[in-house]
Amino acid sequence: MDVVVSQIFTGLSTGSIMLLAATGLVLTFGQMGVINMAHGEFIMAGSYTAYVVQQATASAGASLLISLVLGFLVGGAMGVIIEITLLRHLYHRPLDTLLVTFGVGLVLQQVARDVFGAPAVNVRTPSWLSGSVEVLGAVVPRTRLFILVLALVCLAALAAALQYTALGRRTRAVMQSRDLAESSGISSRRVDLTTFFIGSGLAGVAGVALTLIGSTSSTVGQSYLINAFLVVVAGGLGQLRGALIAAFVLGLLQSFLEYSTTASVAQVLVFVVIVVFLQFRPQGLFSLKTRSLV
Amino acid sequence: MPRVRRRAVLPATAAVLGLVLTACGSRVGEDGAGAAPAESCVDTSGDSIKVGAINSLSGATAINETVIRDAIEFAVDEINADGGVLGKQLDLIAEDGASDPTVFAEKAEKLVTSDCVAAVFGGYTSASRKAMLPVFEDNGGLLYYGQQYEGLEDSSNIFYSGATTNQQIIPALDYLKEQGVTSLYLVGSDYVFPRTSNAIVKAYADANGIEIKGEDYLPLGATEFSTIVNKIRTADADAVFNVVVGDSLVAFFREFTAAGLTAADMPVMSMCLGEEEVAAVGVENVRDHLASWNYYQTLETPENTSFVEAFRAEYGADRVTSDPMESAYTGVHLWKAMVEKADSFDVADVQEAADGVSYDSPGGTVVVDGDNHHISKTARIGQIRADGQIVSVWESDGAIEPDPYLTTYDWAEGLAD
Repeated sequence: MDVVVSQIFTGLSTGSIMLLAATGLVLTFGQMGVINMAHGEFIMAGSYTAYVVQQATASAGASLLISLVLGFLVGGAMGVIIEITLLRHLYHRPLDTLLVTFGVGLVLQQVARDVFGAPAVNVRTPSWLSGSVEVLGAVVPRTRLFILVLALVCLAALAAALQYTALGRRTRAVMQSRDLAESSGISSRRVDLTTFFIGSGLAGVAGVALTLIGSTSSTVGQSYLINAFLVVVAGGLGQLRGALIAAFVLGLLQSFLEYSTTASVAQVLVFVVIVVFLQFRPQGLFSLKTRSLV
Repeated sequence: MPRVRRRAVLPATAAVLGLVLTACGSRVGEDGAGAAPAESCVDTSGDSIKVGAINSLSGATAINETVIRDAIEFAVDEINADGGVLGKQLDLIAEDGASDPTVFAEKAEKLVTSDCVAAVFGGYTSASRKAMLPVFEDNGGLLYYGQQYEGLEDSSNIFYSGATTNQQIIPALDYLKEQGVTSLYLVGSDYVFPRTSNAIVKAYADANGIEIKGEDYLPLGATEFSTIVNKIRTADADAVFNVVVGDSLVAFFREFTAAGLTAADMPVMSMCLGEEEVAAVGVENVRDHLASWNYYQTLETPENTSFVEAFRAEYGADRVTSDPMESAYTGVHLWKAMVEKADSFDVADVQEAADGVSYDSPGGTVVVDGDNHHISKTARIGQIRADGQIVSVWESDGAIEPDPYLTTYDWAEGLAD
């Protein structure tokens, strides 16, 4: 019995990591339509932020909390720079965006290797997150509980911001109908910039959290990017609740399949499930209902 | 994309190399004694002799190979300070293998046919060795490969100064069996070394009544170990046999420890966890677990004490010396001993003289087997101490003769096919 509970938790944990990596993409890919291949490198920037902060502060606990804030700002700032210098000129040219951001990602990886060296670096886990707790007979590492909570908090904060703040309303207005929003006096350029800042910042937060699981190298972001895109596509573009459900379903699927088969077979089966699912529901779990013809 | 380009460049390079070949000085093989497939162009006329090193200083395995390069340079400097080889100073030409087997092969070809080096030291992954092997065989070069590997190979143009499977994997199993272990869980990264290694483990277990409770592989660099750790925990094996390598080790041991498993309830015997990896994983996550190597920095032999001392004086007091470094370092010294015994730099003479050449390495005296080009090595099981060092808790009864095809083990029949 405790195996089932353990695997449910592993699935939720895997899902929460995918969700954390995907939350920013829901905004930048889902809502703005930018296929940002450098999203993984914003995650990496967050991880390295955590590393740098830990080098500078004595306490692993304090540095984690500081890193979460700084990681958001660093990721966001990188997003803003790329938005202003490149993406701004490429809206409505998705293929060019894909290639350009892929190139930016490679450049950022090389920069990371030059600055921090090719070997992976490590961030110490704070003492209050080491060890595990027992939930219904299952042993649950504290780091994974932390990431689960963090992912839900980020998602909830983003949902609340989109729903209740003026900025959120403007963002939704622009995403639903750019022309109409502009003619109502909303500066779509500023909304784009802010949205991209938040989306990229969330990637930075994901990067900080991932240092609790494994080591940090220049390719850390890449390994999470595909799953993040998967979650956004399966959940429905720009749909937060879609991403939430997709991430946890995929996580649970992966964990139970891996338990009964092997890691590589499980990965293949998960892809098969997604491909079949998208055959029947190309728009994903949820889709935005608009009256537009496109 | 770059690969396609490189291939296009190769014929042109070969053409240029042809010109360079004829431009070299006096030839070792000129008297016709050398039976090397291609005529050697090694220049032995001057006060110095060129040797080469290929290690990855960039890419995925740079973390492991940079320190190996240091050990090779250290050995070369040491030999030069001691008067060189046959009165000639060594001139080390160092190349970056860039963690890419294709690059390893290209650099090897450059070193052998264009720089005309007498020997090359380096190579890390089996893929890099397999890529370089035809280069050395076709051009009559010599490679000193200093890395424990999966065995099942013997090239007359390669000397293997790292452990083969019967000097690392089998001793680890012998030790576990001696400790009363009756069931094992196998976990590894998904590539040739862990797969081959676990095939040996399974054959051994089958013959020795050890139950294999499970076997799992994750891709290189994977970080999601929670399902595997769950499987391990519920399988309740006596010990874990671990062939996870590189960055994944961090994620594996963090998950293992976070799940509440300790070395006391379920020791993990690791094949690829050296002193550097312990530092990366964090000693709090691997304390008291086991490793199987031939050398640890903590060995208390006169050779090792002076090796560690001299290395640290040169490269910094915070540096560690690990098994892969020691094997590579030993490889350079073995080449020197072989050349001196042959009284010649010629590859054929060195091959001829190799059998029985010995060297007092930091890990103990090693002897070259002239038939399979491997060396005898003492196997040691180490336990990770609280300060991150690994101490030997068990040692094989003297040096173990190399047996890359496991022909002397009945239970291993058929494994080499």
